[in-house]
Amino acid sequence: MDISSLTLTELRQALRNGETTSVRVTEALLSRITALDNDIKSYLTINDEMALEESAAADGQLDREEPGSLLGIPIAVKDIISTRGIETTAGSRILDGFIPPYDAFVVNKLKEAGAIIIGKTNTDEFAMGSSTENSAFFTTRNPWDLSRVPGGSSGGSAAAVSAGLAYAALGTDTGGSVRQPASFCGLVGLRPTYGRVSRWGVVAFASSLDQVGPFGRDVADCAALFQAVAGYDKRDSTSLDVPVPDYEAELTGDISNLRIGIPKEYYIEGIEADVRAAVEGAVGRLGTLGADIIEISLPHTEYALPVYYLIAPAEASANLARYDGIRYGPRIEGGDLLESYKKTRALFGPEAKRRIMLGTYALSAGYYDAYYGRALKVRTLIQNDFLRAFEKVDIIATPTSPTTAFKVGERVDDPLSMYLADIFTLSVNLSACCGLSVPCGFDDQGLPIGLQLIGNTLQESTILNAAYAYEQATGWHRARPSLVAN
Amino acid sequence: MTLSRDDVQKIASLARLELDEDEITLYREQLSAILAYAERLEQLDLTDVPPTSSALTLKNVLREDVAEPSLPVEDVLFNAAFHTENQFKIQAVLDEVA
Repeated sequence: MDISSLTLTELRQALRNGETTSVRVTEALLSRITALDNDIKSYLTINDEMALEESAAADGQLDREEPGSLLGIPIAVKDIISTRGIETTAGSRILDGFIPPYDAFVVNKLKEAGAIIIGKTNTDEFAMGSSTENSAFFTTRNPWDLSRVPGGSSGGSAAAVSAGLAYAALGTDTGGSVRQPASFCGLVGLRPTYGRVSRWGVVAFASSLDQVGPFGRDVADCAALFQAVAGYDKRDSTSLDVPVPDYEAELTGDISNLRIGIPKEYYIEGIEADVRAAVEGAVGRLGTLGADIIEISLPHTEYALPVYYLIAPAEASANLARYDGIRYGPRIEGGDLLESYKKTRALFGPEAKRRIMLGTYALSAGYYDAYYGRALKVRTLIQNDFLRAFEKVDIIATPTSPTTAFKVGERVDDPLSMYLADIFTLSVNLSACCGLSVPCGFDDQGLPIGLQLIGNTLQESTILNAAYAYEQATGWHRARPSLVAN
Repeated sequence: MTLSRDDVQKIASLARLELDEDEITLYREQLSAILAYAERLEQLDLTDVPPTSSALTLKNVLREDVAEPSLPVEDVLFNAAFHTENQFKIQAVLDEVA
């Protein structure tokens, strides 16, 4: 049995049947990381010693009647999520060396479920980016083509799962940062409804948009990890106190009479021909599986990008004001306190500075109404588009990104072209919807393409089940990058 | 919207960022381009449209004002670059009184 090729749910079964042990799995994974991650660069920190200790402890509990749902399974965590005793940098020099004194809610939940935290994955600085090229440390490579980006900002998590260096991983999605890298790396990635997963202990970027989301090699894996981290947390005042369904049990594969909306505004110029063809093919397939395909309109789609790039930087400029070198992170002293602030904050990378300034400007006296205030009103119109659409349909299908993975370096000098990589995912964050990306084919260069399914508030089960039906009928999720097969 | 060099410096100062000459030039161009892109929002009639600041309708979350255990002081100070006598240490901000 090649342990690394197993899915999370297959591994869970193998562990319970006594076919392998958590220690064997973790050791195999660590040697695989040693062999492959010099090229892929998905991890910022490998938690090897602690992981092996926790694996040994997990093996002692496997014979329990009801073992934890992720007992003994190695999971990777994006380095923007706090892990007690394990360095957490958010991809930034300004948090270099930061060792959190507590676990984020989601990390606590992973531990309760018995998961092994195998390491912390690379991210664009403060999750600001679409390629990991804004990481202060290094750029992660796409396992399908090492000259290309894995997407971002959760590109380290996506690359790790895609290359078989973790069985699943957590990311965060503020504007598409789980779905877009899932699409680029051929994975299933879910952005839950705002409030479904606690943000407590997650380094804040844009607080009204941030949400933790799972990556899996297939829909069942994604659902299993989501199950472990979803739920109410009194320490996050935006956390939703509503019951968590059994997401795995709700994967029936039956989508007969499911009404799927196709928004004409998402099938625009600028989409690569192969992406368009694959997504249209996927929609057709969903139709043959019993769904009703209905054309709809989300008329304010074109405004999502400018709205997002005013609201997210505005919130970021406030959240990043806390990095002053006093309570955590390095401090570079100047002649007086103000000078020390400025010298310390020079540790921010170019994209963080760009967004801090954009947000500061949008919130500043004289410009607030023209920029931030206007963006909040258009956010209402974008939300209303979805409310109207969900009166007619159950879910919405679109491409996840207009292109497949682009080359490292191709877009770094032009922030606007980088921002366009998220043009189809941003609206979900601005509204109260949930969304996922599921593999739906490959382009002529062999790069994965993602289909985005958008659900109404707290309808994660509906989109997961539609993705499951599609995946079972097509099998795209079984493809692995050749790097892994070697 | 085209920003001047003074605009960029003023924003940087508000955000407590120190920029060198090259950065001022770069951010002036890039921020101007992004703000110009954002001007398409002016095409919309927003009369009577209320603002939305969160995806969900939020309510204040209150709890009884009862003290709960907090992190040990040494854990909180662990990541500070400078600390002394169980406190964060910063440069003086007040003049000494004679």
